[in-house]
Amino acid sequence: MSDDYAITTTDLTRTFGDFTAVDRVSLQVPRGAIYGFLGPNGSGKTTCVRMICGLLGISSGSAQLMGLDVATHPAEIRRLYGYMSQKFSLYQDLTVLENLRFFGRIYGLSRSDVRTTVDAQLESLGLAPYADRRAGLLSGGWKQRLALGAALLHKPRVLFLDEPTAGIDPVARRSLWNLLFELSDAGVTIFVTTHYMDEAERCSHLAYIRSARLLVYGTPSSLKALPDVTPAGNRWLELSCATPTRLLGPVSKLPGVEDSTIFGDTLHLRVAQSFEEAEADELFRSLDETEWGFREVSPGLEDVFVTLTRREQQANQNV
Amino acid sequence: MFNGLTAIAYKEFLHVVRDPATRFVFVIPLFQLLLFGFAIDLEVTDIPTAVVDLDSTAESRELHRVFANTATFDVVSVLATVDELDAALTAADVKVGVVIPDGFARELRRGGGAEVLVMIDGSYSTEAGTALSTARAIGLWAPSRFANVRVDTPEIDERRVGPRRIDVRTRLLYNPNLRSANFFVPGLVGIILQLITLLLTSFAIVRERENGTFEQLMVTPVGAWGLLVGKLIPYLVIGIIETVLVLLAMVHVFGIPIAGALPALMMLSVLFVVTSLSLGVIISTFARTQTEAIQVSFLILLPSILLSGFMFPLSSVPAPVQPITYLIPVRYFIEILRGIIVRGTPVSALWFEAGALAAYTLVLLIVGALRFRKRLD
Repeated sequence: MSDDYAITTTDLTRTFGDFTAVDRVSLQVPRGAIYGFLGPNGSGKTTCVRMICGLLGISSGSAQLMGLDVATHPAEIRRLYGYMSQKFSLYQDLTVLENLRFFGRIYGLSRSDVRTTVDAQLESLGLAPYADRRAGLLSGGWKQRLALGAALLHKPRVLFLDEPTAGIDPVARRSLWNLLFELSDAGVTIFVTTHYMDEAERCSHLAYIRSARLLVYGTPSSLKALPDVTPAGNRWLELSCATPTRLLGPVSKLPGVEDSTIFGDTLHLRVAQSFEEAEADELFRSLDETEWGFREVSPGLEDVFVTLTRREQQANQNV
Repeated sequence: MFNGLTAIAYKEFLHVVRDPATRFVFVIPLFQLLLFGFAIDLEVTDIPTAVVDLDSTAESRELHRVFANTATFDVVSVLATVDELDAALTAADVKVGVVIPDGFARELRRGGGAEVLVMIDGSYSTEAGTALSTARAIGLWAPSRFANVRVDTPEIDERRVGPRRIDVRTRLLYNPNLRSANFFVPGLVGIILQLITLLLTSFAIVRERENGTFEQLMVTPVGAWGLLVGKLIPYLVIGIIETVLVLLAMVHVFGIPIAGALPALMMLSVLFVVTSLSLGVIISTFARTQTEAIQVSFLILLPSILLSGFMFPLSSVPAPVQPITYLIPVRYFIEILRGIIVRGTPVSALWFEAGALAAYTLVLLIVGALRFRKRLD
């Protein structure tokens, strides 16, 4: 039943001349999900979102929002979703209050509805003390809250966020995510594009797009369990040590090490059954490393996407 | 369709009020009207002139005075030789040279008429034309100043023309003193209103596009007409205030009365302001950046000045270019302004101009609304 999904796309495609920005992307976003849409810059994330929102024409394929075809119901779908773009896109020379009132009225709320909704929004987002400040004078995190407030005035069922936390500090980022969790609890479907892996970890569903094509989608745990990511007999080890950057080269040459990446102050290794910890211990001693330890871990999302991207590149080269 | 009109109009008002550039919006048109209204005088006077008097007699000095006493010529130098005069003309130190040859007085006294050479720099055709006609006029009546000389010029020899002559009596209507301000200032009002209103709206949408706020508007249910008309309203108010300001300056500073009906003038002015604002909106929807909007605006402004009948009569525009003049909205407005202000033309005689402006506006608004499809591509 398509009614179970907030967003569905079928072979969604957009071309600009010879260039294909989005290539046959099919998505199903369950209602109430926090759906993370991942991909490197220029992979087609924003183009995809703009098509679903009816901001860009669809070259072929289709998209439905809450069961409505976006191409044939441009006006109706706009009342169903809220949209917060990458760039701060409210009026810098208007105050916080004026911005919110403007968007309230644009969405056709009555004068008294605007007053009560705007007041409620100011309270819940903690913006009340800044109500009369010009939006342009707010810090990045507060601007983001204001933009979110403006996108929520008409109580949308689906919220699109295009790289919402680009360029804001970690504290503001965390509090924005807390707001998103609250919304999700209240039944709002959230569709968020990002290239931060720690944000991806917070999503209930993920899709990974690269070079215009959808590579994988699913829940974070199902992605981590993908056979492409962890082939049979392989496991992921976390190596904590004093000098991970120094050890990366030698470790990757050990027998049985299939993949190695630096992960914070540790190394993540994908190893086959032939891998022996004793061989590694010997190597580290010969390199005068003082302290180290192995721990079996499940792959992080970064491991997942790095592995998938490499496989895709290899596949392309083999063609 | 008109969804969000009042919200957009109110928001746009706030932008206008907050924008520090707004205070200039009212000052600049007035300043321009005063500056150009006084500076650009189509009456040619004080052409720098040099006199070479090779005769040095009472008569030659009298002729020198005659030239100096006209409004047309301003004798700025007296030179000794024709070679010096040639040099002065080439260097554009003077634009007219009067050479009174040796024997001028002798020829005059002999009664056979004397010759004077007037050299005119033809590179400034307007000045040259005026200099030519003034010099000829001096040739006609100057001999009467020399009491001892019999006036005998063929042109006014009544015995030769006899009774068959046709007496042409002219009567100048509407502008009996041929004040060039009466011709020029009403046109200037049109050009200034065109300039300012076009610039006002040509930024209106492209600015939002540049700031990224246009994308945010496009995800709202705002209607194309709501956005278009809502954007126009604040600038229409500014345009109307400016119209009143420049008309007041025209009447009270330049002393040009409005011969026709003021309400009709105001009504048609508002119509033109809407046309021009709509044109600005169209530019704004096509331009990607504010710089581009400015460039396109100037592409429109130059023909508006040169091909609208503002400076040169439309009848003298060559036939292949004529159709272009019909595409210039200010052409109709200048016609309306000169009609109502100078000649007191009733609106009933201006239906063509008013209709053309109305049609123009309608087409622009429809194109604008179509351009506002809820798309970014």
